[in-house]
Amino acid sequence: MTITPVPPGPVLWEETVPGGCHWSGVVRRGVSLRLADLEGGANCSMLIYNFEEKSERYNMPDTLKAQHTAYLTSGHVCYSDMGRVLCSITADTAGWHDTVCGASDDGLIARKYGTRRYQEHRNDMTRSAKEGLLKELGRWGLGKRDLHANLNLFSKVIADEAGGLHYVPGHSRAGAHLDLRFEMHALVVLSASVHPLDPASVYAPTPVKLTAWRSGTAPADDPCRNRCGENRRGFINTERYFAQ
Amino acid sequence: MTINAAIVQSRLDPKDAVVDEICPAGEPWMHLIKRGQVMRILDLEGNQAADTLFYNADDPQERYSAVDTIQRQAALYLGVGTQLISTEGNVLLTIVADTCGRHDTLGGACAQESNAVRYALEKRFMHACRDNFMSGLQHDHSHDWNKRDITHNINFFMNVPVTSQGGLTFEDGISAPGKYVELRAEMDVICLISNCPQLNNPCNAYNPTPVRLLIWDAQA
Repeated sequence: MTITPVPPGPVLWEETVPGGCHWSGVVRRGVSLRLADLEGGANCSMLIYNFEEKSERYNMPDTLKAQHTAYLTSGHVCYSDMGRVLCSITADTAGWHDTVCGASDDGLIARKYGTRRYQEHRNDMTRSAKEGLLKELGRWGLGKRDLHANLNLFSKVIADEAGGLHYVPGHSRAGAHLDLRFEMHALVVLSASVHPLDPASVYAPTPVKLTAWRSGTAPADDPCRNRCGENRRGFINTERYFAQ
Repeated sequence: MTINAAIVQSRLDPKDAVVDEICPAGEPWMHLIKRGQVMRILDLEGNQAADTLFYNADDPQERYSAVDTIQRQAALYLGVGTQLISTEGNVLLTIVADTCGRHDTLGGACAQESNAVRYALEKRFMHACRDNFMSGLQHDHSHDWNKRDITHNINFFMNVPVTSQGGLTFEDGISAPGKYVELRAEMDVICLISNCPQLNNPCNAYNPTPVRLLIWDAQA
Protein backbone atom coordinates (compact mmCIF):
# COMPACT_ATOMS: atom_id res chain seq x y z
CA MET A 1 0.00 0.00 0.00
CA THR A 2 1.31 3.42 -0.94
CA ILE A 3 1.11 6.07 1.75
CA THR A 4 -0.72 9.23 0.71
CA PRO A 5 1.05 12.46 1.74
CA VAL A 6 0.00 14.04 5.01
CA PRO A 7 -2.42 16.96 4.51
CA PRO A 8 -1.00 20.47 4.97
CA GLY A 9 -2.75 21.11 8.27
CA PRO A 10 -3.55 19.48 11.63
CA VAL A 11 -5.83 16.51 11.01
CA LEU A 12 -9.33 16.87 12.51
CA TRP A 13 -10.27 13.26 11.92
CA GLU A 14 -9.69 10.38 9.57
CA GLU A 15 -11.66 7.32 8.66
CA THR A 16 -11.28 4.48 6.17
CA VAL A 17 -14.41 3.37 4.36
CA PRO A 18 -14.00 -0.31 3.41
CA GLY A 19 -14.68 -1.29 -0.21
CA GLY A 20 -18.42 -1.54 -0.86
CA CYS A 21 -19.34 0.38 2.30
CA HIS A 22 -20.99 3.78 2.66
CA TRP A 23 -20.52 6.89 4.78
CA SER A 24 -22.05 10.31 5.34
CA GLY A 25 -21.15 13.31 7.44
CA VAL A 26 -21.09 17.08 7.72
CA VAL A 27 -18.06 18.89 6.40
CA ARG A 28 -18.04 22.56 7.37
CA ARG A 29 -17.09 25.54 5.26
CA GLY A 30 -13.35 26.00 5.57
CA VAL A 31 -12.62 22.32 6.11
CA SER A 32 -10.92 20.21 3.45
CA LEU A 33 -11.48 16.54 2.89
CA ARG A 34 -8.81 14.34 1.33
CA LEU A 35 -10.08 11.16 -0.33
CA ALA A 36 -7.39 8.59 -0.95
CA ASP A 37 -7.50 5.45 -3.07
CA LEU A 38 -5.55 3.14 -0.78
CA GLU A 39 -5.16 0.09 -3.00
CA GLY A 40 -5.72 1.42 -6.53
CA GLY A 41 -8.81 1.03 -8.72
CA ALA A 42 -11.18 2.52 -6.15
CA ASN A 43 -14.49 4.16 -7.03
CA CYS A 44 -16.25 6.54 -4.70
CA SER A 45 -19.81 7.53 -5.66
CA MET A 46 -20.49 10.84 -3.92
CA LEU A 47 -23.33 13.31 -3.47
CA ILE A 48 -23.06 16.73 -1.82
CA TYR A 49 -25.84 18.87 -0.26
CA ASN A 50 -26.01 22.26 1.45
CA PHE A 51 -26.32 21.10 5.05
CA GLU A 52 -28.52 24.10 5.93
CA GLU A 53 -31.01 23.61 3.07
CA LYS A 54 -30.71 20.14 1.68
CA SER A 55 -32.82 20.80 -1.40
CA GLU A 56 -29.73 22.66 -2.60
CA ARG A 57 -27.45 19.97 -3.98
CA TYR A 58 -24.55 19.16 -6.27
CA ASN A 59 -25.62 19.77 -9.85
CA MET A 60 -23.74 17.85 -12.50
CA PRO A 61 -24.93 19.81 -15.58
CA ASP A 62 -24.31 23.22 -13.99
CA THR A 63 -20.84 22.09 -12.86
CA LEU A 64 -19.91 20.86 -16.33
CA LYS A 65 -21.45 23.76 -18.26
CA ALA A 66 -19.87 26.49 -16.15
CA GLN A 67 -16.39 25.02 -16.59
CA HIS A 68 -16.76 23.57 -20.11
CA THR A 69 -15.66 20.15 -19.00
CA ALA A 70 -17.08 16.64 -19.04
CA TYR A 71 -14.96 15.41 -16.09
CA LEU A 72 -13.51 16.84 -12.90
CA THR A 73 -9.96 17.42 -11.66
CA SER A 74 -7.94 20.00 -9.71
CA GLY A 75 -8.90 23.59 -10.50
CA HIS A 76 -12.55 22.68 -10.92
CA VAL A 77 -15.30 23.40 -8.43
CA CYS A 78 -18.56 21.57 -7.70
CA TYR A 79 -21.60 23.78 -8.19
CA SER A 80 -24.95 23.51 -6.47
CA ASP A 81 -28.18 24.06 -8.39
CA MET A 82 -28.33 27.51 -6.74
CA GLY A 83 -25.26 28.87 -8.49
CA ARG A 84 -22.99 28.49 -5.49
CA VAL A 85 -19.72 26.61 -5.01
CA LEU A 86 -20.11 23.67 -2.65
CA CYS A 87 -16.45 22.67 -2.81
CA SER A 88 -13.27 23.22 -4.80
CA ILE A 89 -10.90 20.53 -6.01
CA THR A 90 -7.59 21.86 -4.73
CA ALA A 91 -5.42 18.82 -5.44
CA ASP A 92 -5.78 15.68 -7.54
CA THR A 93 -3.20 13.03 -8.37
CA ALA A 94 -5.65 10.79 -10.26
CA GLY A 95 -6.37 13.39 -12.96
CA TRP A 96 -9.91 12.48 -13.93
CA HIS A 97 -13.10 11.87 -11.98
CA ASP A 98 -16.32 10.82 -13.68
CA THR A 99 -19.66 12.48 -13.01
CA VAL A 100 -21.87 11.36 -15.91
CA CYS A 101 -22.34 7.62 -15.35
CA GLY A 102 -24.43 7.51 -12.16
CA ALA A 103 -24.18 4.86 -9.48
CA SER A 104 -24.20 1.07 -9.67
CA ASP A 105 -27.52 -0.35 -8.49
CA ASP A 106 -28.58 -3.76 -7.17
CA GLY A 107 -29.85 -4.89 -10.59
CA LEU A 108 -26.52 -4.13 -12.23
CA ILE A 109 -24.58 -5.91 -9.47
CA ALA A 110 -26.82 -8.98 -9.84
CA ARG A 111 -26.46 -9.04 -13.66
CA LYS A 112 -22.70 -8.47 -13.72
CA TYR A 113 -21.40 -10.27 -10.68
CA GLY A 114 -24.21 -12.26 -9.14
CA THR A 115 -25.56 -11.29 -5.76
CA ARG A 116 -23.66 -12.38 -2.67
CA ARG A 117 -26.27 -12.41 0.08
CA TYR A 118 -25.70 -11.55 3.70
CA GLN A 119 -27.16 -14.93 4.66
CA GLU A 120 -24.23 -16.77 3.11
CA HIS A 121 -21.49 -14.15 3.00
CA ARG A 122 -22.11 -11.92 6.04
CA ASN A 123 -20.23 -8.63 5.56
CA ASP A 124 -18.56 -9.91 2.42
CA MET A 125 -21.94 -9.48 0.69
CA THR A 126 -22.29 -7.41 -2.50
CA ARG A 127 -23.37 -3.80 -2.01
CA SER A 128 -24.34 -1.43 -4.80
CA ALA A 129 -23.38 2.24 -4.74
CA LYS A 130 -26.98 3.42 -5.11
CA GLU A 131 -28.25 1.40 -2.14
CA GLY A 132 -25.38 2.72 -0.04
CA LEU A 133 -26.24 6.29 -0.98
CA LEU A 134 -29.91 5.72 -0.19
CA LYS A 135 -29.14 4.28 3.24
CA GLU A 136 -27.00 7.29 4.07
CA LEU A 137 -29.58 9.75 2.70
CA GLY A 138 -32.19 8.16 4.94
CA ARG A 139 -30.10 9.07 8.00
CA TRP A 140 -30.64 12.76 7.22
CA GLY A 141 -34.32 12.60 6.35
CA LEU A 142 -33.61 12.42 2.63
CA GLY A 143 -34.67 9.80 0.11
CA LYS A 144 -35.03 8.83 -3.50
CA ARG A 145 -36.08 12.33 -4.61
CA ASP A 146 -32.69 13.54 -3.41
CA LEU A 147 -30.73 10.98 -5.39
CA HIS A 148 -29.22 13.01 -8.19
CA ALA A 149 -26.30 12.68 -10.61
CA ASN A 150 -23.31 11.76 -8.46
CA LEU A 151 -19.56 12.01 -8.71
CA ASN A 152 -17.57 8.83 -9.29
CA LEU A 153 -14.24 9.75 -7.79
CA PHE A 154 -11.16 7.91 -9.12
CA SER A 155 -13.01 6.58 -12.19
CA LYS A 156 -12.26 7.62 -15.76
CA VAL A 157 -14.70 7.13 -18.62
CA ILE A 158 -14.01 8.66 -22.02
CA ALA A 159 -16.41 9.34 -24.88
CA ASP A 160 -15.73 8.53 -28.52
CA GLU A 161 -16.94 10.75 -31.35
CA ALA A 162 -20.31 9.04 -31.52
CA GLY A 163 -20.79 9.43 -27.77
CA GLY A 164 -19.98 5.81 -26.91
CA LEU A 165 -18.47 5.55 -23.44
CA HIS A 166 -15.34 3.61 -22.57
CA TYR A 167 -14.21 2.88 -19.01
CA VAL A 168 -10.45 3.22 -18.55
CA PRO A 169 -9.20 0.30 -16.40
CA GLY A 170 -6.32 0.87 -14.02
CA HIS A 171 -6.78 4.64 -14.08
CA SER A 172 -6.37 5.34 -10.37
CA ARG A 173 -3.20 4.04 -8.71
CA ALA A 174 -2.68 3.10 -5.09
CA GLY A 175 -2.13 6.28 -3.11
CA ALA A 176 -3.94 8.56 -5.55
CA HIS A 177 -5.86 11.30 -3.76
CA LEU A 178 -7.94 14.35 -4.31
CA ASP A 179 -8.63 17.21 -1.93
CA LEU A 180 -12.03 18.86 -1.68
CA ARG A 181 -12.02 22.24 0.05
CA PHE A 182 -15.54 22.93 1.25
CA GLU A 183 -16.83 26.43 0.58
CA MET A 184 -20.23 25.73 2.18
CA HIS A 185 -21.44 23.68 5.16
CA ALA A 186 -22.02 20.42 3.34
CA LEU A 187 -23.63 17.07 3.88
CA VAL A 188 -21.37 14.59 2.10
CA VAL A 189 -22.79 11.18 1.24
CA LEU A 190 -20.63 8.50 -0.35
CA SER A 191 -20.42 4.87 -1.27
CA ALA A 192 -17.13 3.07 -2.00
CA SER A 193 -18.77 0.58 -4.33
CA VAL A 194 -17.97 -0.25 -7.93
CA HIS A 195 -18.34 2.04 -10.94
CA PRO A 196 -21.29 1.00 -13.13
CA LEU A 197 -19.17 0.68 -16.28
CA ASP A 198 -16.22 -1.12 -14.68
CA PRO A 199 -15.77 -4.22 -16.87
CA ALA A 200 -14.10 -6.26 -14.11
CA SER A 201 -15.77 -9.66 -13.87
CA VAL A 202 -15.27 -9.97 -10.12
CA TYR A 203 -16.95 -7.76 -7.54
CA ALA A 204 -14.00 -6.40 -5.57
CA PRO A 205 -14.51 -2.79 -4.42
CA THR A 206 -11.54 -1.27 -2.60
CA PRO A 207 -11.30 1.12 0.37
CA VAL A 208 -11.22 4.90 0.40
CA LYS A 209 -9.59 6.84 3.22
CA LEU A 210 -11.04 10.16 4.35
CA THR A 211 -8.90 12.76 6.10
CA ALA A 212 -10.26 16.15 7.22
CA TRP A 213 -8.33 19.25 8.18
CA ARG A 214 -9.05 22.92 8.66
CA SER A 215 -7.85 24.65 5.50
CA GLY A 216 -9.88 27.86 5.32
CA THR A 217 -11.85 28.85 2.22
CA ALA A 218 -10.66 30.07 -1.18
CA PRO A 219 -8.29 33.04 -0.96
CA ALA A 220 -8.49 35.92 -3.48
CA ASP A 221 -5.74 34.45 -5.65
CA ASP A 222 -7.11 30.89 -5.57
CA PRO A 223 -6.72 28.97 -8.86
CA CYS A 224 -10.20 27.41 -8.59
CA ARG A 225 -11.82 30.82 -8.01
CA ASN A 226 -9.90 32.39 -10.86
CA ARG A 227 -10.17 29.53 -13.33
CA CYS A 228 -12.86 31.37 -15.30
CA GLY A 229 -15.35 34.20 -15.00
CA GLU A 230 -18.03 31.65 -14.18
CA ASN A 231 -16.16 30.49 -11.08
CA ARG A 232 -15.49 34.05 -9.93
CA ARG A 233 -19.24 34.67 -10.06
CA GLY A 234 -19.95 31.35 -8.32
CA PHE A 235 -17.70 32.40 -5.43
CA ILE A 236 -19.40 35.82 -5.26
CA ASN A 237 -22.76 34.04 -4.93
CA THR A 238 -21.30 31.78 -2.22
CA GLU A 239 -19.78 34.65 -0.25
CA ARG A 240 -23.04 36.62 -0.42
CA TYR A 241 -24.80 33.61 1.10
CA PHE A 242 -22.38 33.73 4.04
CA ALA A 243 -22.65 37.55 4.28
CA GLN A 244 -19.02 38.01 3.36
CA MET B 1 -18.53 16.79 -37.43
CA THR B 2 -19.69 13.20 -37.64
CA ILE B 3 -23.13 12.47 -36.32
CA ASN B 4 -23.54 8.72 -36.30
CA ALA B 5 -27.10 8.44 -35.14
CA ALA B 6 -29.75 6.95 -37.36
CA ILE B 7 -32.44 9.01 -39.04
CA VAL B 8 -35.76 7.18 -38.84
CA GLN B 9 -38.94 8.71 -40.23
CA SER B 10 -42.31 8.20 -38.60
CA ARG B 11 -45.28 6.65 -40.35
CA LEU B 12 -47.77 8.40 -38.09
CA ASP B 13 -50.13 10.93 -39.63
CA PRO B 14 -50.81 14.15 -37.69
CA LYS B 15 -54.47 13.83 -38.75
CA ASP B 16 -54.77 10.80 -36.46
CA ALA B 17 -53.19 12.44 -33.42
CA VAL B 18 -55.33 12.70 -30.27
CA VAL B 19 -53.31 15.69 -29.06
CA ASP B 20 -51.89 18.34 -31.38
CA GLU B 21 -50.77 21.47 -29.57
CA ILE B 22 -48.28 24.28 -29.92
CA CYS B 23 -46.08 25.16 -26.96
CA PRO B 24 -44.99 28.76 -27.52
CA ALA B 25 -41.37 29.81 -26.99
CA GLY B 26 -40.45 30.05 -23.33
CA GLU B 27 -43.55 28.25 -21.97
CA PRO B 28 -44.03 25.05 -19.95
CA TRP B 29 -46.16 22.11 -21.13
CA MET B 30 -47.26 19.20 -18.97
CA HIS B 31 -49.20 16.17 -20.15
CA LEU B 32 -49.99 12.56 -19.30
CA ILE B 33 -48.82 10.02 -21.86
CA LYS B 34 -50.38 6.60 -21.47
CA ARG B 35 -48.49 3.36 -21.98
CA GLY B 36 -48.35 2.59 -25.69
CA GLN B 37 -49.06 6.14 -26.79
CA VAL B 38 -46.50 7.82 -29.01
CA MET B 39 -45.47 11.42 -28.47
CA ARG B 40 -43.82 13.63 -31.08
CA ILE B 41 -41.88 16.80 -30.33
CA LEU B 42 -41.53 18.83 -33.50
CA ASP B 43 -38.99 21.65 -33.82
CA LEU B 44 -41.08 24.09 -35.87
CA GLU B 45 -38.47 26.70 -36.70
CA GLY B 46 -35.18 24.89 -35.94
CA ASN B 47 -32.53 24.68 -33.19
CA GLN B 48 -35.04 25.07 -30.39
CA ALA B 49 -34.21 23.18 -27.18
CA ALA B 50 -37.10 21.30 -25.59
CA ASP B 51 -35.99 20.69 -21.99
CA THR B 52 -37.94 17.60 -20.95
CA LEU B 53 -38.58 15.61 -17.77
CA PHE B 54 -40.58 12.39 -17.38
CA TYR B 55 -42.16 10.84 -14.28
CA ASN B 56 -43.90 7.54 -13.63
CA ALA B 57 -47.51 8.79 -13.47
CA ASP B 58 -48.41 6.36 -10.70
CA ASP B 59 -45.35 7.07 -8.54
CA PRO B 60 -43.46 10.24 -9.52
CA GLN B 61 -40.62 9.40 -7.14
CA GLU B 62 -39.65 7.20 -10.05
CA ARG B 63 -38.52 9.61 -12.75
CA TYR B 64 -36.26 10.03 -15.73
CA SER B 65 -32.61 9.57 -14.83
CA ALA B 66 -30.05 11.07 -17.19
CA VAL B 67 -27.18 9.16 -15.60
CA ASP B 68 -28.98 5.80 -15.59
CA THR B 69 -29.89 6.34 -19.25
CA ILE B 70 -26.25 7.12 -20.09
CA GLN B 71 -25.02 4.20 -17.97
CA ARG B 72 -27.43 1.60 -19.39
CA GLN B 73 -26.57 2.49 -22.99
CA ALA B 74 -22.92 3.34 -22.31
CA ALA B 75 -23.53 6.34 -24.55
CA LEU B 76 -23.85 10.08 -24.00
CA TYR B 77 -26.24 11.05 -26.78
CA LEU B 78 -29.83 10.05 -27.31
CA GLY B 79 -31.22 8.81 -30.61
CA VAL B 80 -33.44 6.16 -32.19
CA GLY B 81 -33.50 3.06 -30.02
CA THR B 82 -32.42 4.86 -26.85
CA GLN B 83 -34.37 3.65 -23.85
CA LEU B 84 -35.06 6.40 -21.35
CA ILE B 85 -34.25 4.77 -18.01
CA SER B 86 -35.87 5.67 -14.71
CA THR B 87 -34.27 6.07 -11.30
CA GLU B 88 -35.57 2.54 -10.57
CA GLY B 89 -33.87 1.09 -13.63
CA ASN B 90 -37.10 0.71 -15.63
CA VAL B 91 -37.75 1.84 -19.20
CA LEU B 92 -39.99 4.92 -19.21
CA LEU B 93 -40.06 5.53 -22.96
CA THR B 94 -38.21 4.46 -26.09
CA ILE B 95 -37.18 6.78 -28.93
CA VAL B 96 -38.86 5.26 -31.98
CA ALA B 97 -38.36 7.91 -34.66
CA ASP B 98 -35.95 10.79 -35.05
CA THR B 99 -35.11 13.09 -37.94
CA CYS B 100 -32.58 15.15 -35.97
CA GLY B 101 -29.99 12.47 -35.12
CA ARG B 102 -28.70 13.51 -31.73
CA HIS B 103 -30.15 14.81 -28.48
CA ASP B 104 -28.44 15.89 -25.28
CA THR B 105 -28.95 14.87 -21.67
CA LEU B 106 -25.78 16.27 -20.09
CA GLY B 107 -26.50 19.98 -20.41
CA GLY B 108 -29.32 20.22 -17.89
CA ALA B 109 -31.72 23.13 -17.84
CA CYS B 110 -31.02 26.82 -17.63
CA ALA B 111 -31.92 28.43 -14.32
CA GLN B 112 -31.75 31.99 -13.08
CA GLU B 113 -28.89 30.90 -10.83
CA SER B 114 -26.89 29.16 -13.53
CA ASN B 115 -27.45 32.07 -15.91
CA ALA B 116 -25.95 34.38 -13.28
CA VAL B 117 -22.89 32.12 -13.07
CA ARG B 118 -22.51 31.45 -16.77
CA TYR B 119 -23.20 34.88 -18.24
CA ALA B 120 -23.33 37.73 -15.69
CA LEU B 121 -24.78 38.32 -12.23
CA GLU B 122 -27.34 40.76 -13.64
CA LYS B 123 -28.79 38.04 -15.94
CA ARG B 124 -30.49 36.57 -12.87
CA PHE B 125 -33.87 38.01 -13.72
CA MET B 126 -34.14 36.62 -17.22
CA HIS B 127 -36.73 33.90 -17.79
CA ALA B 128 -35.26 30.39 -17.52
CA CYS B 129 -36.25 26.73 -17.87
CA ARG B 130 -36.20 26.01 -14.16
CA ASP B 131 -38.94 28.61 -13.67
CA ASN B 132 -41.02 26.77 -16.24
CA PHE B 133 -40.43 23.47 -14.42
CA MET B 134 -41.31 25.18 -11.11
CA SER B 135 -44.45 26.66 -12.62
CA GLY B 136 -45.56 23.36 -14.11
CA LEU B 137 -45.13 21.54 -10.80
CA GLN B 138 -46.54 24.33 -8.59
CA HIS B 139 -49.80 24.40 -10.55
CA ASP B 140 -50.23 20.63 -10.80
CA HIS B 141 -52.12 19.35 -7.76
CA SER B 142 -52.06 15.69 -8.70
CA HIS B 143 -48.93 15.09 -6.61
CA ASP B 144 -47.01 16.75 -3.80
CA TRP B 145 -44.30 18.19 -6.05
CA ASN B 146 -41.37 20.31 -4.94
CA LYS B 147 -37.95 21.44 -6.15
CA ARG B 148 -36.42 18.06 -5.31
CA ASP B 149 -38.47 16.65 -8.18
CA ILE B 150 -36.69 18.80 -10.74
CA THR B 151 -33.96 16.50 -11.89
CA HIS B 152 -31.55 16.36 -14.83
CA ASN B 153 -33.52 16.62 -18.04
CA ILE B 154 -33.24 15.78 -21.72
CA ASN B 155 -32.52 18.60 -24.14
CA PHE B 156 -34.23 17.47 -27.31
CA PHE B 157 -32.64 19.05 -30.41
CA MET B 158 -29.56 20.23 -28.50
CA ASN B 159 -26.01 19.31 -29.45
CA VAL B 160 -23.49 19.18 -26.59
CA PRO B 161 -20.50 17.24 -27.90
CA VAL B 162 -17.89 15.81 -25.54
CA THR B 163 -14.36 15.19 -26.80
CA SER B 164 -12.22 12.18 -25.88
CA GLN B 165 -10.11 14.63 -23.86
CA GLY B 166 -13.19 15.47 -21.78
CA GLY B 167 -13.94 18.87 -23.26
CA LEU B 168 -17.58 19.93 -23.39
CA THR B 169 -19.01 22.58 -25.69
CA PHE B 170 -22.38 23.85 -26.77
CA GLU B 171 -22.38 23.64 -30.51
CA ASP B 172 -24.87 25.12 -32.90
CA GLY B 173 -27.83 22.83 -33.11
CA ILE B 174 -28.06 20.11 -35.74
CA SER B 175 -31.80 20.48 -35.84
CA ALA B 176 -33.73 22.42 -38.48
CA PRO B 177 -37.31 23.50 -39.14
CA GLY B 178 -39.61 20.48 -39.20
CA LYS B 179 -37.27 18.00 -37.51
CA TYR B 180 -38.85 15.84 -34.86
CA VAL B 181 -38.34 13.08 -32.34
CA GLU B 182 -40.91 10.45 -31.35
CA LEU B 183 -41.13 8.48 -28.14
CA ARG B 184 -43.28 5.51 -27.22
CA ALA B 185 -44.34 5.39 -23.59
CA GLU B 186 -43.54 2.03 -21.95
CA MET B 187 -45.54 2.99 -18.85
CA ASP B 188 -47.95 5.81 -18.01
CA VAL B 189 -45.74 8.88 -17.74
CA ILE B 190 -46.13 12.55 -16.94
CA CYS B 191 -44.19 14.68 -19.40
CA LEU B 192 -43.01 18.14 -18.31
CA ILE B 193 -41.42 20.34 -20.97
CA SER B 194 -39.84 23.75 -20.74
CA ASN B 195 -39.62 25.20 -24.20
CA CYS B 196 -36.31 26.88 -23.47
CA PRO B 197 -36.36 30.70 -23.16
CA GLN B 198 -32.55 31.08 -23.14
CA LEU B 199 -31.51 34.36 -24.80
CA ASN B 200 -27.81 34.20 -23.94
CA ASN B 201 -26.68 31.18 -25.96
CA PRO B 202 -25.90 31.28 -29.68
CA CYS B 203 -26.98 27.65 -30.12
CA ASN B 204 -30.55 28.80 -30.81
CA ALA B 205 -29.46 31.95 -32.63
CA TYR B 206 -30.70 33.91 -29.57
CA ASN B 207 -34.21 33.30 -30.81
CA PRO B 208 -36.44 30.86 -28.90
CA THR B 209 -39.25 29.50 -31.06
CA PRO B 210 -42.37 27.31 -30.60
CA VAL B 211 -42.52 23.52 -30.67
CA ARG B 212 -45.47 21.35 -31.74
CA LEU B 213 -46.52 18.43 -29.55
CA LEU B 214 -48.54 15.52 -30.84
CA ILE B 215 -49.74 12.32 -29.19
CA TRP B 216 -51.12 9.23 -30.93
CA ASP B 217 -52.96 6.41 -29.23
CA ALA B 218 -51.37 2.97 -29.14
CA GLN B 219 -51.39 1.39 -32.58
CA ALA B 220 -53.54 -1.71 -32.92
